[in-house]
Amino acid sequence: MSQSLDDISRQLKKRHRKSARMKWLSFGALLLAGVFLVLFLADMLIKGLPAFQQAYIQVEVNYSERASELPLAAVEADVRELVSRGYLRLIPNRMEANPDLLGTQRMEWVLADDEVDQYLQGADSSLSAKHKAVVDRLTEAGRAELQFNTGFFTNGDSKLPEMAGLASAAVGSVMLLIVTLAFAFPVGVMTAVYLEEFAPDNRFTRFIDVNINNLAAIPSILFGLLGLAIFINFFGAPRSSALAGGLTLGLMTLPIIIITARAALSSVPDSIRHAAFGVGATRWQTVRDHVLPLSMPGILTGSIIGMAQALGETAPLIIIGMIAFIPDAPTSFTQAATVLPAQIYTWASMPESAYVERTAAGIIVLLSVLITLNATAVYLRKKFEHRW
Amino acid sequence: MTTKLASPGAPVTFNQETTHDLELTVRDLKLWYGENQALKGIDLDIYENNITALIGPSGCGKSTFLRCLNRMNDLIPTVRTEGEIMMEGRNVLSKEVDEVALRKKVGMVFQKPNPFPKSIYENVAYAPRMHDIVPAGKEQDELVETSLRAAGLWEEVKDQLGSPGTSLSGGQQQRLCIARAIAVQPSVILMDEPTSALDPISTATIEDLMYELKKEYTIVVVTHNMQQAARIADYTAFFHLGEVIEYNDTATMFSTPSEKRTEDYITGRYG
Ligand SMILES: Nc1ncnc2c1ncn2[C@@H]1O[C@H](COP(=O)(O)OP(=O)(O)OP(=O)(O)O)[C@@H](O)[C@H]1O
Ligand SMILES: [Mg+2]
Repeated sequence: MSQSLDDISRQLKKRHRKSARMKWLSFGALLLAGVFLVLFLADMLIKGLPAFQQAYIQVEVNYSERASELPLAAVEADVRELVSRGYLRLIPNRMEANPDLLGTQRMEWVLADDEVDQYLQGADSSLSAKHKAVVDRLTEAGRAELQFNTGFFTNGDSKLPEMAGLASAAVGSVMLLIVTLAFAFPVGVMTAVYLEEFAPDNRFTRFIDVNINNLAAIPSILFGLLGLAIFINFFGAPRSSALAGGLTLGLMTLPIIIITARAALSSVPDSIRHAAFGVGATRWQTVRDHVLPLSMPGILTGSIIGMAQALGETAPLIIIGMIAFIPDAPTSFTQAATVLPAQIYTWASMPESAYVERTAAGIIVLLSVLITLNATAVYLRKKFEHRW
Repeated sequence: MTTKLASPGAPVTFNQETTHDLELTVRDLKLWYGENQALKGIDLDIYENNITALIGPSGCGKSTFLRCLNRMNDLIPTVRTEGEIMMEGRNVLSKEVDEVALRKKVGMVFQKPNPFPKSIYENVAYAPRMHDIVPAGKEQDELVETSLRAAGLWEEVKDQLGSPGTSLSGGQQQRLCIARAIAVQPSVILMDEPTSALDPISTATIEDLMYELKKEYTIVVVTHNMQQAARIADYTAFFHLGEVIEYNDTATMFSTPSEKRTEDYITGRYG
């Protein structure tokens, strides 16, 4: 006996209600994720944006004989506490570099102490009431203002928050990525070429295959231990150097590059290989002249994504000691270096509120670089997408 | 004359004004894909400067046989071959013959046009440069031109040699593939259903071209089109389930086939 239309509709009503409920529930999940993302970004922006501006004050600098020995003497006592000690410390050096300065006296815009910066940005400041009054007076006279913080991008790390910048960490990151790329790209691509184009399909290659896929899922901190054991303890690469760090991240990136390169190689249709073999190309000529060039966009996309991951990685680098205080950018691959995420981590553990700003600003910079890298990868993939 | 199979040793002579030289002699060729035997002892003589057509129902081993002639089957790991294919007094299936060298002597045109995704010029120039046939420069330009002319494509593409080969029409792409094959200066050209992906006009162009090309090359062509075989082939071999059922000059084959199965297939009663 067939059900009547009414019976079916009654049952359906319940099913439709459930369907609607699930739809709203899943939409709610999306909304929640979105809210968290927006909150995170807003929090970072609010905290980090002040770091892109830095307070400067105009004071009279007296390049006297005495100042070359005791830099504090170069400025008036009432503003002495307001000027960055980092600036004062450099006065003797500048006088030595430029002897004409001796005996002159002039008004200069100089970097202010971080507490002055906090006060001008309207944040909590431990400045005494007397000093606050001085700053207010200077502001009224147009002799204290916020300027774009170029030092944040040109200075290395510093114990004085107003002097601290991420230049040395950025240089370290770039050097690390160079090592990572130079190691992981050729090794990864050649491994993929071997597995995809040359290797016979036997138990051994299938075993390798499974293990490469597993390698990609290993927690990154283990690669740090591996790097420590191999590169530092066994091969004797200097601790916390870009060389050791880059190779360690290279180990981590290798499976990603191998997997994406294999996918790119296998997406090249066999008709191209047959065409090349058909005119008498050897296997390597076929790969080098036809298959590799066609899969290069895919390989590059995968490598960029791998590099982006390496750029954001901290855990394995902590293991090999790359979390040190590095005020000066490294000039060789064997010098101690630090990287952007490690710099952010260091700042995050500092008490001064100016470091909190810098932590957030560092995250903004790192995120921007990562988004740019990933956008490039997406763009490359879209642009060179082949339709066979 | 109605030989069923080209008998080993003595080359078959047909009642035509010229006697033909042998290009390839195939003897007792057997091939397995893993456990599955696809060729069950093929004997066939292929004559120089002639077109030999291979016909037969789907899955009977025509493509497999064709790929033996330039050892493209070597690329399939499960394949095992026995027997011999003699060319210039040597068995091309033996290890002493380098398959890369063989493929320079025996070119191939595939069912689906597969130009390299590079410029038209590069499609033709790539292989000769690789084989050091000509140095880059003027001589290479000339070789590209003669090859494209021989493939009947020169007039259509001479002003756009730099544009990608893949931007041509299907028929033009197939002629580009033919130009690519002859640029290596082979003696044999294998074609596996070269016109099955093309429209009738492009098909006619390619057929005319094959007629021209046989003056210089030996052509072995697989086709499902009986009229095509009748039109262009000098000899025709009928394959069935991995065996050659009948092999004869085309006129005889199509007018008075000696085997019932051949007749049934040709007249479209099965296949
Ligand atoms: N790569 C391969 N691996 C395993 N078996 C194959 C392979 N290629 C062909 N075969 C088998 O070998 C037999 C002959 O195939 P082949 O492609 O030579 O036939 P064909 O005569 O060219 O058919 P068609 O007219 O459909 O192209 C078929 O049974 C097929 O299943
Ligand atoms: Mg076939």
